[in-house]
Amino acid sequence: MGRYVARRLLQMIPVFFGTTLLIFLMVYSLPGDPVAGLFGDKGTDPATLAALRHQHGLDLPWWHQYYNYITGILFHFDFGSQIRSGRDIIDVIGSAFPVTLRLALFAFVIEIVLGLTLGIVAGLKAGKLVDNLILILTLLIISMPVFVLGFIVKSVFAFQLGWIDPNVSTKETWGELIAPAVVLGSLSLAYVARLTRTSMAENLRADYVRTAVAKGLPKRRVIGVHLMRNSMIPVVTFLGTDIGALMGGAVITEGIFNVKGVGGLIYESVIRREGLTVVGVVTVLVVVYLIASLLVDLLYAVMDPRIRYA
Amino acid sequence: MRGAKSAKWVAGAIVVALAATACGGGADKGDNAGKGDVDPNGIYSVEVGEPEKLLHPADTMESNGSIVMSGLFSQLVDYDADGKLVMVNAESVESKDSKLWTVKLKPGWTFHDGTKVTAESYVKAWNWAANINNKQGNASWYADIKGFEALHPEAEGAKPTAEALEGLKVVDENTFTIELANAVPYFGYKLGYEVFSPLPESFYKDPAAAGEKPVGNGPYKFKSWEHKKQIELTRFDDYKGADKAKNGGVILKNYSTLETAYEDLKSGNVDVLRQIGPKDLPVYRGDLGDRAVDQPYSAIQTLAVAFYADQWKTPKPVNPKVIQGLSMAIDRATITKTVLQGTRDPATGWVAKGVLGYTADGSGDVAKFDPAKAKALIAEGGGVPNNEITIQFNSDGGHKEWVEAVCGSITSATGVKCTGDAKPDFQADLQARKSKQVKSFYRSGWVLDYPVNANFISDLFRTGAGGNQGGFTSPELDAKIAAADTAPSLDESVKAYQAIEKDLVNYMPSIPLWYYKVNAGFSEKVQNVKYAQDGDPILDLVEVKK
Repeated sequence: MGRYVARRLLQMIPVFFGTTLLIFLMVYSLPGDPVAGLFGDKGTDPATLAALRHQHGLDLPWWHQYYNYITGILFHFDFGSQIRSGRDIIDVIGSAFPVTLRLALFAFVIEIVLGLTLGIVAGLKAGKLVDNLILILTLLIISMPVFVLGFIVKSVFAFQLGWIDPNVSTKETWGELIAPAVVLGSLSLAYVARLTRTSMAENLRADYVRTAVAKGLPKRRVIGVHLMRNSMIPVVTFLGTDIGALMGGAVITEGIFNVKGVGGLIYESVIRREGLTVVGVVTVLVVVYLIASLLVDLLYAVMDPRIRYA
Repeated sequence: MRGAKSAKWVAGAIVVALAATACGGGADKGDNAGKGDVDPNGIYSVEVGEPEKLLHPADTMESNGSIVMSGLFSQLVDYDADGKLVMVNAESVESKDSKLWTVKLKPGWTFHDGTKVTAESYVKAWNWAANINNKQGNASWYADIKGFEALHPEAEGAKPTAEALEGLKVVDENTFTIELANAVPYFGYKLGYEVFSPLPESFYKDPAAAGEKPVGNGPYKFKSWEHKKQIELTRFDDYKGADKAKNGGVILKNYSTLETAYEDLKSGNVDVLRQIGPKDLPVYRGDLGDRAVDQPYSAIQTLAVAFYADQWKTPKPVNPKVIQGLSMAIDRATITKTVLQGTRDPATGWVAKGVLGYTADGSGDVAKFDPAKAKALIAEGGGVPNNEITIQFNSDGGHKEWVEAVCGSITSATGVKCTGDAKPDFQADLQARKSKQVKSFYRSGWVLDYPVNANFISDLFRTGAGGNQGGFTSPELDAKIAAADTAPSLDESVKAYQAIEKDLVNYMPSIPLWYYKVNAGFSEKVQNVKYAQDGDPILDLVEVKK
């Protein structure tokens, strides 16, 4: 087990370098000069442009820029600074991540509680009316684009009923985050429900469940421990990767509800060719993904003792 | 009246995406006074975006930063709504020959940290900002002043050979002189631009920190800046200017889209908007009633010609008649009414409304829609090469619709094939312009820097001017501009520029399309919301109701 974890952690190193290099190159190859872009239509003299490029090391070849960037992170925990605002990227990330993290976790909780409940109900009543209703509902959610759902939530709850403010304020209270979290988590919620339902319905007919029932165990124990534990493996796999997806995929939801999080930061940084900011944010997202998937893999062993790590 | 505004360019910004600069002007006051009880200490909020750069007066050139600057800094002068010069921090700005200017300050002004505003505060600030080592984006504004080249050499990597601008001399605590390299009759007007702000002594200890927490001399002092969320300004009670704030302070709230800002306006979470998003334009007048704003401001959109493109250059330079013909093939009245939903006024010249020297028919007939004459002119001029044109635009700025409409109008009127040449975003659009890859036309825009017609002509069509990115060049026109710039008085200079504008039809450096309008609104909590010539709300005039 320890060796397995160590190996997984070591694997993160090439992934870290690979992803940062790829993203770096992608942003680097986009047309448009971030320094010239500072001055818009008006333009400025070549001397100022050159001085600014030099200040940010943009006059170096790409490999040298990448080298500087990586060594800055590794040895000084310095992610560099933004070309426009001059702010340290670590601060920029630090102010954008907490709100997205809260939003993602909130969505995640909604997704687990509602998704699992719906899935379990549907799975146990497979083929019955409830099951069909849930299948239709989840199909609806899956086929609806996020911005449509966001628009509906806003116009119904904010403008017609007046229950919520249409947008998240700068204080970002939990109450304000409910609406965006529901919208953000809804798609995954539908997937979780469907995955749970299928896996439950399938395992309901498995030998070990029949055995458990035959042993005369109470129904709660059969379902709660025997059935659930095994049926959760595909769901947990999905949930693990979904944490990363929720954090990165908040672009649209954050835009709809005016949340100043990671989504808007990535979008804006790409538009402004703030390459280092993009790489920095993506690096953090990659780390989140890696840790989440490591946790998922470790959870397998807990859920199904037959799975063993060398 | 209030502090002058900065060059602004609204990169990908929703509708406005035009590039340019802007100065503020006063608006008439008092016409809706007495509407309700006013809380003189009330705080209100305005929709903005995150300023792009540190808040340095000489480096702020886009609208999100310049609206903050307009509250924090006052300059020597400002303008009223007719483009007349008004003294602010200066008691007088005088020159006999338009070359040597003497500035006298009103005594008793202080910065927000309590230190005195002196002649030295101006001279030192300008010397700092003009120095190439400090990389200020608006440094070129000091180029009129004698000795600028020594402090700000143009060539890449060059080092300054002087410590200070030769033309600036402190006479006494409240007087200094500015000697220009050449006579500039309208230089007094330029002084209203925020690049000419003074800076307190504390600035030089750590300019970067000062850019995060600016100390100015304006009607508001800086309170806090939560990045990407909001900037808070509070009234500066010791302010000596006439434009003292009629409210307790302003919160500049950050919105990522105009649509979310409009929703917040309707639900009372923000008080003043600068612009309404395209989605809400059809409904905003009905939603807001007399709180809806619809007024012109001094900005123009044009189709600029890429004169370096093969199409216009080979085998011989294009005959201006061809471009006149294309201009007359555009049905401006219909497009502004339908596609642009009444957010623009058809242009009748190259100089926008609200500046000194604006005339109602600067471009004569060429901005009128006349398909028959359009066809005839194009034929006379030898036809459009390949009978085909393209219009380059950035597709992140909401330009696609009108570009298609303009193309449709040209094609149906003259049979010239016309297509939009979309670039994914403003950066890529600029890149294509800088590297001279525009194929035939590109969309271009300009908001005033100072309210004199020279700003819409000299800064756009002079050979090598900053705003002249299409490579237009004409020695005759350059000579006329030089003559207008050295005219003995402001009036004569303005008249000379009016003559140049009339003459532009013979060169057609660009096709004027339409003037911009402010389409905005405000909440029930505030009144007396006025918009300046640059389209921004005038912060100090807003009154908060009890």
